[in-house]
Amino acid sequence: MTALPLRVRRRPTFSWVGVVPFFLFAIAALGLPLGFLVIGSFQDREGNLTLQNFSDLTTGTIPIAFMNSIEVSIVTALLGGILGFLLAWAVIMGGLPGWIRSAVMTFSGVASNFAGVPLALAFVFTIGNLGLVTKFLFETFGLSLRRDLGFTIYSKTGIEIVYLYFQFPLMLLIIAPALDGLRREWREAAENLGASAFQYWRHVAFPILAPSILGTMILLFGNSLGAQATAFQLTGGTIELATIAIGRQIRGDVLRNPGLGYAMAMGLVVIMAFSITVYTLLQRRSERWLRS
Amino acid sequence: MSTGWSGPPFGPIGVMRSWLKPRPGSGDRKRRRSSLVAWVILILGVFYFLLPLVATLEFSLRPKPTTLAYTNVLADPKFGGSLLYSFTIGIITIIVSLSIILPTAFWVRLKVPRLRPVVEFVTLVPFIIPAVILVFGIIRVYSRKPFVFTATEFGSDALLVAAYVVLSFPYMYRAVDTGLASIDVRSLTEAAQSLGAGWTRIILRVILPNLRTALLSGAFLTLAIVIGEYTIASFLARNDQFGVYLSLLGQNKAFEPAAVSLISFGLTWLAMIVIALIGRGTRDRIQITGAR
Amino acid sequence: MSFLELTGVQKHFGLTVAVENFNLVAGRGEFVSFLGPSGCGKTTTLRMIAGFETPTAGTILLDGADITYRPPNQRNVGMVFQSYALFPNMSVGDNVGFGLRVRKRPADQIRKRVQELLELVHLSDKLARYPYQLSGGQQQRVALARALAFEPQVLLLDEPLSALDAKIRVTLRHEIRAIQRQLGITTVYVTHDQEEALSLSDRVVVMSEGRIEQIGTPFEVYNFPTTGFVASFVGTLNVLPALVVDPGAGRLSVGGQQIRISRPVSARTGSTLSLALRPEMVSIGEGPAGSNVVRGSVVDVSFLGSIVRIRIGIAEGVNVTLDVFNEPTLILPKLEEAITISFPAEGPLVLESVPVIDTDALVAEV
Repeated sequence: MTALPLRVRRRPTFSWVGVVPFFLFAIAALGLPLGFLVIGSFQDREGNLTLQNFSDLTTGTIPIAFMNSIEVSIVTALLGGILGFLLAWAVIMGGLPGWIRSAVMTFSGVASNFAGVPLALAFVFTIGNLGLVTKFLFETFGLSLRRDLGFTIYSKTGIEIVYLYFQFPLMLLIIAPALDGLRREWREAAENLGASAFQYWRHVAFPILAPSILGTMILLFGNSLGAQATAFQLTGGTIELATIAIGRQIRGDVLRNPGLGYAMAMGLVVIMAFSITVYTLLQRRSERWLRS
Repeated sequence: MSTGWSGPPFGPIGVMRSWLKPRPGSGDRKRRRSSLVAWVILILGVFYFLLPLVATLEFSLRPKPTTLAYTNVLADPKFGGSLLYSFTIGIITIIVSLSIILPTAFWVRLKVPRLRPVVEFVTLVPFIIPAVILVFGIIRVYSRKPFVFTATEFGSDALLVAAYVVLSFPYMYRAVDTGLASIDVRSLTEAAQSLGAGWTRIILRVILPNLRTALLSGAFLTLAIVIGEYTIASFLARNDQFGVYLSLLGQNKAFEPAAVSLISFGLTWLAMIVIALIGRGTRDRIQITGAR
Repeated sequence: MSFLELTGVQKHFGLTVAVENFNLVAGRGEFVSFLGPSGCGKTTTLRMIAGFETPTAGTILLDGADITYRPPNQRNVGMVFQSYALFPNMSVGDNVGFGLRVRKRPADQIRKRVQELLELVHLSDKLARYPYQLSGGQQQRVALARALAFEPQVLLLDEPLSALDAKIRVTLRHEIRAIQRQLGITTVYVTHDQEEALSLSDRVVVMSEGRIEQIGTPFEVYNFPTTGFVASFVGTLNVLPALVVDPGAGRLSVGGQQIRISRPVSARTGSTLSLALRPEMVSIGEGPAGSNVVRGSVVDVSFLGSIVRIRIGIAEGVNVTLDVFNEPTLILPKLEEAITISFPAEGPLVLESVPVIDTDALVAEV
C-alpha cells in the first residue's frame, strides 16, 4: 500500500527524462552559439555593454551588403512568387493531364533542393562566359551577352536568375495546397450568381489566395536572404551580400571588431524572424478561411 | 498528391481532349482556352528548368573523348571519398537526429503536451537562422576554452554532425509528429500497456513499425540536405564533404565539375523519388528546402 | 402552365449513364423535389438546370427560353449548395450582395436588397460577420439569401440541409418552405431524405439509377407507389411473401393465414408474389368488420417517442411491423405475447418483381 503513492510520484519525474536529451542538445548546438552571437553583439572589444555595434552597421560596405541582399531577395521573391503561382495554376487548374501535375510537383521537390554549389555551376555552364546559351547566341546571332547586352552571370542579376531556380519551385510547392483548397463550389456559386471568370478571380479566388501568396512570397524572401553557398560559388564574394559579409567575418575578423560581425548576424536574424512571423500569421488567416 | 494517369500522352491536343471529356465542369470552350494558356506556361517552365541541366550535360561532354570528364571523375579517389564521407555524415546525422527527435516527439505527445509549443518552436528555429549564422555561432563557441572542438578532425566532424542535426530538426520533427498524429499513439500505447508490454517493447514493437513511412521520408530528406551542403562544411574546413569537394573542383578543373554537378543532381532526384515512393498514400507531404 | 421544362434530358459520363430520359414540367411557383439514393442522378439533373453540366441530349426550357447550352452565369437561376459555398473572404452582407454587385447595380440598391433578404432569413444582425463566425444553419441561411438576392427565376437547392444537425434541419426546412411560398419562386429541391421531400414539396420526383421512378404529389407517391422501388424507398414498409389462392377474388395466403385484398391479382393460382404493407395500416385487435385478421406473437417493441413500433412474427421468417401512437394510457404488449392484428383489404399493395416503367407516360401535366 505504501509503495503505491511513491511509484505514482516517481512517474512524472520520469516523464521529463524523455525530453532532457532534446533540450540539452538544443542548448549546446543552437542555444549557446546563438546566445554567444547575441551577447557578443552588445559588447565592445573589452567586453563592455554597448549598442555601438548596431549603429556601426551603417558604416563601410555593410549597408551595401544588406541592401543588395534585400534587393536580390525582393526581386526573386516577387518573380519567383508570380512565376511559381502561374505554373501552379497551370498544373492544378489549367486542365492539364494529371500525370503532368505529379511530375511537376516531384520535379519541384528536387529543384527547390537543387541549390548551392552544383546549381551555381549549372548556370555557369548555361549563361557563363563559355555556357551553352552564351555560345549559341554568339555563334548563331553574333550576339555577346557581355559585350552587347552588358550581362554577366557574376552579377546581381546573375544571382537573381540563379536563385529563381529554387525560389520558383518552392513557391509552387507551398502554393499548390492553397490552390487545391479553392473549392469547386465557390467557382460554381460565383458563376451561378452571374459572375464572369474574371469577376470570380477578382472578387473570390484571388482574395482567398492573397494571404497564402503574400505569405509564401515573404517566405521566399527569407529563403533568399539566408542563402550563401550559391552566391559565393557564383561570384566568389565579389558581390556584397549580407551572408557573404558574415562569411568573411567567420574566416577572420576583417572588421577588426568581432562585435560588429555579431551585430550583422543579428540584423539578418531579425529580418528572417520578422518575415517568418508574418508568413505564419498570414498562413493562419488563410487556413481559417479555407476551413470554414 | 498525385491524381495519377488520366490520359495517354498523344501530344497536347489529344491529351487535352481525353482530359476534358469526363471532367464535369462548365463550358468546354472556356476550358480549352485556359488549358492552352496552361500548356504555354508549362512549356516555358519546363524549358527554364531543363536548360541548365541540358547545358551542364553538354558542358560535361565537351572534352574528347566525350566521356573523359566522367572517367576522370570516377578515377579520382577524392570523388568516391567525398561521396562516402558525406554519406557517412548523413547516416550519423540521421541516427543522432532520430534518437533525439523520436523519444522527444513521443514523450511530448504522450506525457508532457504542455511542452509541445516549446519543442515545436525550437525545431523551427533553423528556419529562421541561416546556416551561415549557425556555423558562425558554433565556431565561435567551440573553438575556444573550455570546448576546443575545432582543433581536432574528430571534433570538427562532431560539430558538423551537430549542425546538420539542427538543420534536420524541422523536417524530422514534423515527419515524426505527423506520423504519430496519424496513428493515435495514446490508444496504441495504452492498448500495449494493457496487454502487459513494457516501454522498450512499446517503442520498438508497436510505435516504430507504425512510423516506418514517416521515419524513412524524414531520413531521406535529411540525407538529401546533408550530401549537398556546402556553407557549414566549408567554414568547418570539412574539405571531404561532397559540396566542398565540388566547389574546389569547380575552381581547379573545367569539365569535371559539370559531370559531378549532374551526378549530384541525379542523387537529389534519387532521394526525392525514394521519398515519393515511401510517401505514397500519406496525405502530409513534408516540405523540403535544402542548403542554399 | 409550364415554366421549367425538361424534355428527354440525358447525361452520360463516358460509358456510365448518369441521367436517362428525364422529363419534367414544373409550373410557376411550384416546389418540386428530386428524391432518391445517392448516385441516382438527382444532383446531376439539378446541375444541368444550373448549367454546371451540359446534357448529352435533351432540352431545358425556362419560361419558354431554351437554356440547355447557356453558360451558368447567364441563366438567372439561384443555387444553394450542400456545403453552403459561402465566399470566406467576404462578410455576410457582401456574400448576399455578390450577385447584384457583379450585375453592376447601384450601391444603395444593393444595400437595401441585402437588408431585405437578411430580414427574410432572420440574420439582419449578422451583416458584418464573416462565414467562419457563423453556425452551419446560419451559413446556409446566408447562402439562401444570396441565391435569392438577384431575383432568380428558379431556386435550386442541392441537399441544403444534409450537413446540419437534426433539430436545425427541421426548423430550416420550415423556413425554406415559408420563404418559398412568400416569394412564390419555382423551386427544385434535391434530397435523399424522404421526410424532407414529402413535407416540403408540391410534387416529388422519385429517382433511381438515373431514371425517374415516379412523379406525383407526396400523397400519391406515398400511398400509391407505382413501382417496388418507390414503395420501399418512400416510407417504412412491410414486404410480405404471399401465395396466390384465388386471383379473381384477391385471396392470398401470408404465412399460412388467409387474407383478402381489394383488387384482383393477375398472377396464377399457386404462384407467389410480394405484398407491401405500411406499418400505419396495421392495428392491434380484430378491427372493423371485413378487415384482414392475422395472429402472431410479439417479436420486438421499440419506443420511438410519438409512436411505438411493434414487430410481430406471424410465421417462421415472416414479420409485420406496425405503429401505435404513444399515449400515457397505452398498454404495451410484452415480448412473445400472442397477439391479433388486422388491416383493411385496401392496405396491401401487390409489388411487381421487376418494375417496368415508361417514363414518358409518367410526365405529369400541370
